[in-house]
Amino acid sequence: MLVHAAKRFAGLFATLIVATAVVFLVLEVVPGDPAQVMLGINAQDDTLAALRDQLGLDRPAWERYASWVAGFATGDLGTSYTYSVPVADLVAARITVSLPLALLALALSTAIAIPVGVYAASKRGGWQDGGIMALTQVGIAVPNFWFAMLLVFVFAVTLRLVPSGGFPGWEAGLWPALKALLLPAIALALPQAAILARVMRSSLIDALHEDYVRTARAKGLTRRAVLWKHAVRNALIPVLTILGLQFSFLIAGTIIIENVFYLPGLGRLIFQAITQRDLIVVKSVIVLLVACVILVTFLVDLAYALVDPRLRRR
Amino acid sequence: MASRGALRVAAQHKTLVAGAAIVAVVLAAALISLVWTPYPIDVLSVADRLKGPSPAHLLGTDQFGRDMVSMLMVGARTSIAVALLAVGIGILVGVPLGLLAAARGGWLDETLMRANDLVFAFPALLSAVMITAIMGPGAINAILAIGIFNIPVFARVARGGALSLKSREFVLAARVAGKGEVRIIAEHVLPNIANLLIVQGTIQFSLGILAEAGLSYVGLGAQPPLASWGRMLNEAQTMMALAPSLALYPGLAIVVTVLGLNLMGDGLRDLLDPRLKRRTV
Repeated sequence: MLVHAAKRFAGLFATLIVATAVVFLVLEVVPGDPAQVMLGINAQDDTLAALRDQLGLDRPAWERYASWVAGFATGDLGTSYTYSVPVADLVAARITVSLPLALLALALSTAIAIPVGVYAASKRGGWQDGGIMALTQVGIAVPNFWFAMLLVFVFAVTLRLVPSGGFPGWEAGLWPALKALLLPAIALALPQAAILARVMRSSLIDALHEDYVRTARAKGLTRRAVLWKHAVRNALIPVLTILGLQFSFLIAGTIIIENVFYLPGLGRLIFQAITQRDLIVVKSVIVLLVACVILVTFLVDLAYALVDPRLRRR
Repeated sequence: MASRGALRVAAQHKTLVAGAAIVAVVLAAALISLVWTPYPIDVLSVADRLKGPSPAHLLGTDQFGRDMVSMLMVGARTSIAVALLAVGIGILVGVPLGLLAAARGGWLDETLMRANDLVFAFPALLSAVMITAIMGPGAINAILAIGIFNIPVFARVARGGALSLKSREFVLAARVAGKGEVRIIAEHVLPNIANLLIVQGTIQFSLGILAEAGLSYVGLGAQPPLASWGRMLNEAQTMMALAPSLALYPGLAIVVTVLGLNLMGDGLRDLLDPRLKRRTV
């Protein structure tokens, strides 16, 4: 197990390094002169020179890359050109919105999908199963940002139960802050839950066909006990994988949903930074989001090996 | 006569027929929009703004006085073009890479698969953000970003399919008969993984429609005057309280199209690979 973990960890590290290199290449090397990209073609020569100086463009690319990557360890990611604030501070402030939102959505979608999937599988072929399958088929087809707009229209504009957007900040108290994240989290969670419920259902149906299920029934365990103790536990393994894969969609979803609800998270930050061509902010935020995806994939992999010892040797 | 038999089998698959019918309607709307729309979409008319449904404008007009039916038709064209081209990139780059990885194995396989994992860590949205940051927004960026994300998907499918065929008798026989690697791939491997690729292509097509909608909603996709469903939703958002139907139609168009493609994909999978029927996800 330890060897497996160590190997995976080395892989994780290598992937992170390559990912940062890709981002650096695309945003700093390919455009030729990043300062020109940021300021546009009508920029004054002295403004350009000042920005080039701030970006350290007189140094070779590999040196700039090394000091940027080192910045992730020291917390010095440079200063945003448009906000004149250290990028690390910007990110730290915004992540208190994005991370809770993503986690809330993940928790919601899992809490909905697993019972629904188990129920559908246990009623396989019945009208309940058919209904759930039809509903999830529609759920998969619904874009989360459109669903978010519908939620805003019903619960914020018409019923006035929750705010239609914005974020009061955690210092306003736990409930007002959570209330602002509730609709966005539901909008993110439901389409994800539709996919997850289908995976749970089919994985459980497969598990119910296994020999150990028949054995457990034969030794006199009730249908219910077999379902939950044996089949569901084993069926959760593929669900875990999909959950890991879905995280990357969740990150992308969070970025879009933040724009629907005007939430001051990393997603809003990245779009504001793009409109203002603030590449200093863009590159670090992208790396952070990509690192999140890579890290979750890594953790899922480890969890996988914990659940299924056969996989450790691969 | 074989095709007639295939049609009869297809007709027995209700999901396939229902899905294909929906997709055909959307496709027709997109193709017709190339030569004709009820009204031009690049002419703004203040006098006609926010009209309700009427014989002249079946679904009414938006806040700029543009006909909703015309906008939806052009939007269908944008969505389909972007998603289809992105699938094309995925297949053209991904399939050869996957086949190469399967044929060579060893370090090449390992490297290609690691690269695949890396691309998976960049959701299409983040790639689009990066491309836009240096090139500015546009439909091409959306195609590139979604297409890049499709590459590892098709590489995986092609590699997996090719590996499972590698030790099958007919491939071994071809090798014994002295056929070269390229000929074996062209004559034996590709025809046998075509089914897998078609099913995956349908899935990626529907994901591409969703991704394009998301990208153009946040302003990273198609730019005006080109209409796209995502942009229409973006423009409708500020009008939610006043004219909710503006946000309703483009959203429904996306849902119906994606639903049609998913049904078609499920149906195709059942039809082309009956072994998978039990595992419908």
